[in-house]
Amino acid sequence: MCPARDQVSPGETAETGGRVVLAQAEINRALRRIAHEILEGNKGAEDLVLMGIPTRGVPLAHRLAAALHAVEGVDIPVGTLDITMYRDDLRSQPVRAMERSQLPEDGVDDKVVVLVDDVLYSGRTVRAALDSLADLGRPRAVRLAILVDRGHRELPIRADYVGKNLPTAQAERVSVRLVEIDGTDEVVISAPEGEGR
Amino acid sequence: MKHLLSIADLSREEILQILETAVSMHEVQHRDVKKLPTLRGRTIINFFFEDSTRTRSSFELAGKWLSADTINLTGKGTSVSKGESLRDTVKTIDAMGVDMMIIRHMASGAPAQIAQWTKCSIVNAGDGMHEHPSQALLDAYTMRQRLGDLEGMHVALVGDLTHSRVFRSNVLCLAKLGARVTLVGPPTLMPAGIGPWAQAEDITISHDLDAVLPTVDAVMMLRVQRERMSGGFFPTAREYAVTYGLTNERLSLLPDHAVICHPGPMNRGLEISGDAADAAQSLVLDQVSAGVAVRMSILYHLLSGEGSAA
Repeated sequence: MCPARDQVSPGETAETGGRVVLAQAEINRALRRIAHEILEGNKGAEDLVLMGIPTRGVPLAHRLAAALHAVEGVDIPVGTLDITMYRDDLRSQPVRAMERSQLPEDGVDDKVVVLVDDVLYSGRTVRAALDSLADLGRPRAVRLAILVDRGHRELPIRADYVGKNLPTAQAERVSVRLVEIDGTDEVVISAPEGEGR
Repeated sequence: MKHLLSIADLSREEILQILETAVSMHEVQHRDVKKLPTLRGRTIINFFFEDSTRTRSSFELAGKWLSADTINLTGKGTSVSKGESLRDTVKTIDAMGVDMMIIRHMASGAPAQIAQWTKCSIVNAGDGMHEHPSQALLDAYTMRQRLGDLEGMHVALVGDLTHSRVFRSNVLCLAKLGARVTLVGPPTLMPAGIGPWAQAEDITISHDLDAVLPTVDAVMMLRVQRERMSGGFFPTAREYAVTYGLTNERLSLLPDHAVICHPGPMNRGLEISGDAADAAQSLVLDQVSAGVAVRMSILYHLLSGEGSAA
């Protein structure tokens, strides 16, 4: 049962129920730290390209670019990588609308591409993203930056940069909400629907 | 969506969805690696009982670029020429386990009939004088690229309406997208009984091309289908060209923003002059280019998604 609005305790959202695990300030801090880690790992900003995976990886990639700009003072190219056509579950899900892929002007050949997404779960999205990227060019290296790693991998894939490791049960739902799309910045864990808390 | 037999079966939302996806597919067409793994392991048969250049090759390319296996069959060179019935032929192919048949046939309604006989998805790639839905979708896509939303736009379809399946699909598609349609042609090339139908559908009919041209946003010239004519539809080709062809003189009657479409193949000098076909407003080659992207989108929508496995 959802609690009444005035009974919501701190750390819960009134709208949907569930527990807020990252608020705006923490999301921003995580992105700033990831920006530093990327620069450290790459020994500077040279050849870096950020590719956001729709939907919420795209605004995250732009925020990461802003954070990188704040640290290093350079503009990192940002692109969009739609993976719809590369999914392995196209035959078992309703037809999905395809989003637009957008390559940065100089492409991805010989660049260090950092894939950006909100949640890392089974790893299947990243697998699809790697295949999609291979059709667009040949990056020198590909890295993976993730806001929330919730575990339960089904493929041998790991993230290079993680905002927060979040142990979850498989039945739980992790929702990332971003100002650009949802009007608010938060990461929420909620119990599976139909089960009371 | 399992089959694409007629535009009438599609809702406005489904049409827009196909056109949206086609935009992304169009980008793939300009990449070095023009291949998506989406339909890997799917098999598509192009079964063309009538001649075709662009429809057949673009459906084949669309299938290949989505990683499906595509095979072409024609009426000639198959058991059809040995007298096998259409039903037996398509049931034979269906029994091989194909996922989709793309059918062009001279008989109106053949694809719909085949859909009853087989388990696979059927795409109508032109049936007799009935419909050519993928052409209407790519026409809408091309016009939208240049004109934006077609809501309220004025489109004239000109020429041989009687024999044109392109016109029949286009009228349905344009109506669903909110465009205003005017049909222009000689009375002999208007389908029988078109009057009451046009009135009910709020479609204008005109026999005066010069009066219509200054008011259009797009004009679609239809091919004079001489192979379907046994004569008597108009006195001479010259007279047709002068009265209903898009001549060089008529080009100047078009508003500056208006575009020219032709589903091809063109009879240059008959329904469209060489200059008009090659003019800056002409979208003829854009239509061909869009044809592959729109057909990729059609294949994607029919062959992916829940329950699409045959």
